[in-house]
Amino acid sequence: MDNHYNIYICGVGGQGIIKTSTIIGEAAMNQGLEVVMSEIHGMSQRGGSVSTELKIGGYNSSIIPNNGADMLLSFEPIETIRGLDKVNSETKIVYNTHPIVPSSSNKPYPNVDEITKTLKENFKYVLPIDGTKLAIDAGSVLALNMVLLGAVTADDNFPLSKESVIEAMKNNLKPKFHDMNLKAIESGYNSIKG
Amino acid sequence: MNLKELVTGAAGEKQFLLGNEAAVRGVIEAGVSIAATYPGTPSSEIGNVLSVLAKDANIYFEFSTNEKVAMEVAATAAASGLRSFTFMKHVGMNVASDSFMTTAYSGVKGGMVILSADDPSLFSSQNEQDTRNYARLANVPILEPSNCQEVKDMVKYAFDLSEQFNIPVIVRTTTRVSHMRGVVEFGDVRDNSSNSDNHWKRGHFDKDPSKFVPVPAFAGEMHVRLWDKIHKIEEITNKSDLNNEFNFANDKKYGLIASSSAYNYAYDVVKFNGLDVDILKLGFSYPFPQEKVAEFLKDLDEVFVVEEVDPIIEKDTLTTIGAKNLNVVVHGKLDGTFPLYHEFNSDVVADGLNKVLNFKEDSSTSYSSSLEKLQEDIPSRAPVLCAGCPHRAMYYGINIAIEELGLKPKDVIFASDIGCYTLGINPPYNAADYLLSMGSSVGDGCGFSVSTDQKVASFIGDSTFFHSGISPLINAVHNKHNFVLTVLDNRITAMTGGQPNPGIPVDGMGDEAPEVSIRKLALACGCDYVRVINPFNLEQVVKTYREAFERDDTAVIISKAPCTLIKGLTKKPPVDMIESNCNKCDKCVNELACPAISKIDGSIVIDKSQCDGCNVCIQVCKYGALQAGKE
Repeated sequence: MDNHYNIYICGVGGQGIIKTSTIIGEAAMNQGLEVVMSEIHGMSQRGGSVSTELKIGGYNSSIIPNNGADMLLSFEPIETIRGLDKVNSETKIVYNTHPIVPSSSNKPYPNVDEITKTLKENFKYVLPIDGTKLAIDAGSVLALNMVLLGAVTADDNFPLSKESVIEAMKNNLKPKFHDMNLKAIESGYNSIKG
Repeated sequence: MNLKELVTGAAGEKQFLLGNEAAVRGVIEAGVSIAATYPGTPSSEIGNVLSVLAKDANIYFEFSTNEKVAMEVAATAAASGLRSFTFMKHVGMNVASDSFMTTAYSGVKGGMVILSADDPSLFSSQNEQDTRNYARLANVPILEPSNCQEVKDMVKYAFDLSEQFNIPVIVRTTTRVSHMRGVVEFGDVRDNSSNSDNHWKRGHFDKDPSKFVPVPAFAGEMHVRLWDKIHKIEEITNKSDLNNEFNFANDKKYGLIASSSAYNYAYDVVKFNGLDVDILKLGFSYPFPQEKVAEFLKDLDEVFVVEEVDPIIEKDTLTTIGAKNLNVVVHGKLDGTFPLYHEFNSDVVADGLNKVLNFKEDSSTSYSSSLEKLQEDIPSRAPVLCAGCPHRAMYYGINIAIEELGLKPKDVIFASDIGCYTLGINPPYNAADYLLSMGSSVGDGCGFSVSTDQKVASFIGDSTFFHSGISPLINAVHNKHNFVLTVLDNRITAMTGGQPNPGIPVDGMGDEAPEVSIRKLALACGCDYVRVINPFNLEQVVKTYREAFERDDTAVIISKAPCTLIKGLTKKPPVDMIESNCNKCDKCVNELACPAISKIDGSIVIDKSQCDGCNVCIQVCKYGALQAGKE
């Protein structure tokens, strides 16, 4: 089972989730690994929940089985909770702590510190990061996906090198954003490693 | 990846492609000259990509007004000796079916391939119909790719097959295949250089009414020829390496037959659980490869059939067992081993296999009660009409007009249609009570107006109106039906990602095109009351609805304002909130329900990153708490 690695990525439409996943997939391809990915289109621009699934290794199916994710990478606190079907006791749970409050729901938005506390009670690897702040520090809130991309590469079990992820990023995003994106990737990486 | 790689990429090159992008590469490798579609998710990205690449790839490409027209454009191109491609979502096949059925009879000269994308679990559709039924209904071959490489390869192969037997060929994907990304190795590109002044090649139609005009005398012969072709193709499906075996079993007792994305789940479950089960994958599933399946079954005691959505291969397997007098138990949808609806995944397939094979260990996870409570209590995040969406203003306005006219919500039936505006189903608008299909809001208006004494408000988008709203509007006028039809003209085909339509002056290849006027169409259909209004002017919206509801004919209101997602629009600055003026009526947050307006800690807050200055909320607030933002 060497080099098998499943990442479930979730968040809200418009956060750059599909692009982030595509970059990881392309990096995996460039490293000669087998990779499949699943994404759901259609409602993504209309504020709905969005998720992608990436499976590195010899899988045919692009959907991660329940409890089958090595990493849950969430762009938004409550989307982390929605993604928990995919995790097991060894899953790394990395999430951005900045909430996006849905306008369409009448249920109150839970306290983010409570979410973190509850997750830590139940799982071994709970890694909250203030990705939105790190993105703004790197130059733009739009670099959030690069911060989280950097965070993925910091996991010791992640089978891809940071360099190949950066290479794939450069191949997918405009050169004028490369410096900002590199800064964001580094800060995401350090927030997990540090 | 730069999309141009799909045209320029050399054989052997590898790219990480979306299934729909892989389909485009297949089309390019096959040397297609003519392509046409009506956008529909999960097939939409094929059109978006072709729209950009058509000229570089020597392809004429159009967004047709509907799938039937797209089918006719492709059929005539193929009859003229060119390779042609049409693609649609599964329900698009219903629209195209009238011409599609006869295309099977008349056949083709150049290769013709129809890609139809099914949507198990209805991510963006009104039903879960299975395209594979159409292959059997029309009697044409169907291929079922399971991953991105196969999408590319099978699209390309389908053209060769189509040309060899002069028959259209269907490629059936599902959402999980169309929206899968995977590594695709490119193949050679067949030359399709232009021989004309246009960027695409021109063919020639050689007249032969006995082949192309299905009057009864000729159509009877065509049907005989069709069966002849299918019998010959069945010999190919029995030998095809698209139908191949994967051997995992030491003991030949259990087997499994699967296709498309369901095959992926089945393969992974068998492989990663080390199950003693051989797999026969059917990539070329009609004409049904009965000899190959019989060969696979003959030593087995029991066989699983794993397929999404209908039990089609399962029934053909049962037929094979009967015809060949085999003694094999079949586990599939019909005996309840697998569900009869919704998409599968590895867990669903494992649960089904486990009913017979008992290999799964109990792996139920339990969380703390605080986490379980958190899971129950998290707010939902359903898609909503965007901040600045013109549809919201119309729904808000019509509800005001209904109230002012002294009508109750139960007195007005909202006949909705297919598009973003179906999101009007949600509170507080509650503006969708009945919906069948593309364009149905107009025909539904006709029916409700004679069947009930209720008022009827039909809502349809600009692209959907062109697609199939016009002939029912003629019906409405001629048969004197009484309802209010709103055409939500947001200058784009929004829901599927922003494709052009005949109402805007651009075609599918980005060239200038004549703009077809919805107002003139409504007038030409015979409507006496046709009003074009600005949806962001609330007073005008309410006044127009009041007028329209008081008429006894078919009244047409055209709401004309661009979709807020169209790039390059000039927008007004975000609205300012003057806290001291707010009287806490909460009308803005509760009745307008704009995602840019929320109530946080008792105060109304405008999310300036979302607000795009449509200024409708300003007209809703009677206390001057919401004011136009400063430039």
